[in-house]
Order: sequence, then C-alpha cells, then structure tokens
Amino acid sequence: MSTDTKKVLFGPVVDNNPIALQVLGICSALAVTSTMENALVMTMAVIVVTAFSSLFISIIRNQIPSSVRIIVQMAIIASLVIIVDQVLKAFSYQLSKALSVYVGLIITNCIVMGRAEAFAMKEKPVASFLDGIGNGLGYGAVLMIVAFFRELLGFGTVFGVEILPLIQNDGWYQGNGLLVLPFSSFFLIGLLIWAIRQWKPEQVEKD
Amino acid sequence: MSSNKESFARTLIFVFIVCLVCAALVSFSAVSLKPLQKANKLLDQHTKILEAAGLSDKAGKKAASINAAFDKYIVPKFVDLNTGEYTTGDHETYDERSDARNPEKSTKPKNDIAGINRRADKAAIYLVKNDEGQIDTVVLPIVGMGLWDIMYGYIGLEADLNTVKSVVYYDLKETPGLGAEVQNPKWKALWKGKKMYDEQGNVAIKIVKGGAKPDDVHGVDALSGATLTSRGVEHTIRFWLSDEGYGRFIAKHRGKLTDGGLD
Repeated sequence: MSTDTKKVLFGPVVDNNPIALQVLGICSALAVTSTMENALVMTMAVIVVTAFSSLFISIIRNQIPSSVRIIVQMAIIASLVIIVDQVLKAFSYQLSKALSVYVGLIITNCIVMGRAEAFAMKEKPVASFLDGIGNGLGYGAVLMIVAFFRELLGFGTVFGVEILPLIQNDGWYQGNGLLVLPFSSFFLIGLLIWAIRQWKPEQVEKD
Repeated sequence: MSSNKESFARTLIFVFIVCLVCAALVSFSAVSLKPLQKANKLLDQHTKILEAAGLSDKAGKKAASINAAFDKYIVPKFVDLNTGEYTTGDHETYDERSDARNPEKSTKPKNDIAGINRRADKAAIYLVKNDEGQIDTVVLPIVGMGLWDIMYGYIGLEADLNTVKSVVYYDLKETPGLGAEVQNPKWKALWKGKKMYDEQGNVAIKIVKGGAKPDDVHGVDALSGATLTSRGVEHTIRFWLSDEGYGRFIAKHRGKLTDGGLD
C-alpha cells in the first residue's frame, strides 16, 4: 500500500478524525453509543454509506451541474441509506429495531455530505472510496471508544458480556445512570478530544 | 460536453436520470428484501409470545426451532373485547396499533387508566398447549402508558385465567437502569404465581412500593427508582383485566378455558 493510500484511508482515524477534529456527526454519536453492539452496527452502516456515496459521486463528478450538485449528492446518499436500512431489517431485525430512526438519520450525518462535497467532488473514484471508508473508520473509532465506556460503566457489560455484575443481578456494581443517558457522550467525546490533542498538539486551534 | 453542462435542459435531464437510477435501486432492494423482512418480524413476534408462554427454553434460539415450537404449542385466536366472544382474524397480518387508531375498529375506554386513548375492538390472543395437547396457558397482549411513552407487552395466565405465569414487555422507551428494569428477569420472576383476581372476581393485582409482603398473592414489589413506570404497569394490567379489556372474555371462560372449537 502506498503512503498516499495509507494517508487517505487511515488519516481520518486519528490525524483528521471527523468527530474529534472536524466535529461532524456528533448527533448520532450521542444517540447510538449506549451499547457497543449498536455502535458497531452503526459504524458499519456509516462506512458503507460514506464509501459508496463518495464512490458514485466521484464517478459522475464531472457530469454534475454545479447548480444542483447538493441535491444530486443528497439523492445518492438518501438512496444508499434506505438500501442499508432495508438490508439491516432483512438480515438483522433486532439491531435494526435497536437503532430505529438513527440509521435513517445517517442521511443527515454531516460526515457523509461533508466528504462528498469536500473530497469526492474533486478526487478520483478509488481515492474517494478509500476516503469514505477512512472517515467511516474514524467516526467508528470514536463511537466504539465512547460506547465502550458507556456500556461498561453504565450497564457493567462489554458487547453484552457481563464484566461488572450489577447490584440488580446480585452483583456489587451500581450502574452509572448518567452514562446510560445520551448526553453523557458529550463529556466522553470532550475528554477524548482533549486526550487526542494532548497526544497530537498540532490539532489545537490557534487563536 | 462540459462547456454546456450548466445549461437548463442538461441539468433537468441529468437530475431526471439520477432520480430514475436511485428510485430503481431503492425499489429493487425494498421489493426483493420484503419476504425476509416479513419473516423476521413474524419470528420476532413468535419469540416474544413463546417467552410469555414460558416456552423459551423449549423453543431454543434458532429460527426454525422457534417457528416449529410456535406451530406446535401456540393456537392464535381473536377475541371481540366488547362481547368477550371468540372472533376471526389473521394473526400474521393483524396490526393492533393501526386498529387502535381507526375509530371504526376501536372504542374510547370510559375509564382510561392505561392512558391509551383508544382500544382496538378485537385482540389477538394466543392459547398455549402443553405436550399432551391440553390448553394450559393463555397469552394476552397488553398496551399502556409508562413514564415516557406507551409500553407494549404480553401477560401469560394459567388456564384458570387468574394465576400469573409471566409479564413480558417488549417495546418500551423507559429510562435504562430504572423504568426499563421491567425487562429485568429478576423482576419478571416476581410475577409468577401471583393471582390477578380476588375471590369475588375483582381485579386485585397491585404493585407495592417498598416491597410486597411474602404471603401477599396479589402484591408485586415496585421497581426502586421507577415509581411512575411501576404505576404505569399496574394501571395497564388493571385496565386490561377489567371489563374494558379482557374482563368479559375472562368471566366467560374462568375455570374452564376452551378454544371455542379449533379452526
């Protein structure tokens, strides 16, 4: 793999993370991180949608009239999201119920639209496809970290496997009610951004 | 080509083609995946009903064994809630939620303690046979307001239509860790063996804050930290056992539950 490909694919995971640096897609990051399983499925759905929407938009990028380009991007993204939602309903009914409206809301996830407009409209299809996967991975990495802490400290489990036995089930651990609620992700994402910027000080904005 | 790509006609044609391709892909996925989705939904429903019937262990986890257990043990029936008589219907397609919104197929309860606004006129109930083919359990769907939103569930009653076998909620939006503990197996186990009605046939089941006495056959412990959800559960169950719900059906069949002639 050439260094350029590597940069496009793995750059967004830490160096140019869509959530931590670009601060996109926060809404769904709050909603679907209560358990790791939800976060994983959401990650995969976002990777598929970002990758393929970037690919298709890049293929037709020279044909899209600039006056309607946002509408064309939306039509492609929305169609992909509906297809992903249908596939989930067909092959993973329980998870599609748990994720409910949030799969549909990938349409409004700024990461998808942001990458289409910022990258796929200018670059070649393969690079755009990899950029989509990379940004999906970056989004997913943050989701999984947040979900890990929320599920472990909120429910005492990781991927549904009991780690800290809850008092309700005759264990010793009192589940943290705050972390079960969506807004606790704000604290976790905030701490994560702080941690990343301690590690990579060049990400700190100059004022 | 690219010099005139901004022209009005070309823009229109381009948008039309994009829409056509997208629409074709979406329709294709929706139509081709429909049978799988329908089977999933039905499997999900069967799983819940078998759980309420106390047959989860027998049904196993595989789709085939769940559907086989459903076919073997469960007899779907419909009850006209206004008369208490059996009626007809197809449980695979019946949608209680759409009926409850349709003024022609639902009734406004006089005493709406469950907070459901309208109640469908008929209900899909499930008679459960044991290995000998005798009916020993009936599973009744219940609907009622919790703290945040309507909660959907099933109650399983033994053939005397009084002794509780299970209370299973499957669709709710209560607070995780507090109200959502209605799904905790430990709390669900508290219901087993409780009596819904007293000797006079009045609804007697209640949820007791601070813990029910061990010898109280009508009392179930409230969930700690979830007073309003507990109250919602109590009101829901009391509503559905009253004459507004399954009361008439239960009065007709008390002590001698029959299937009214198997179809």
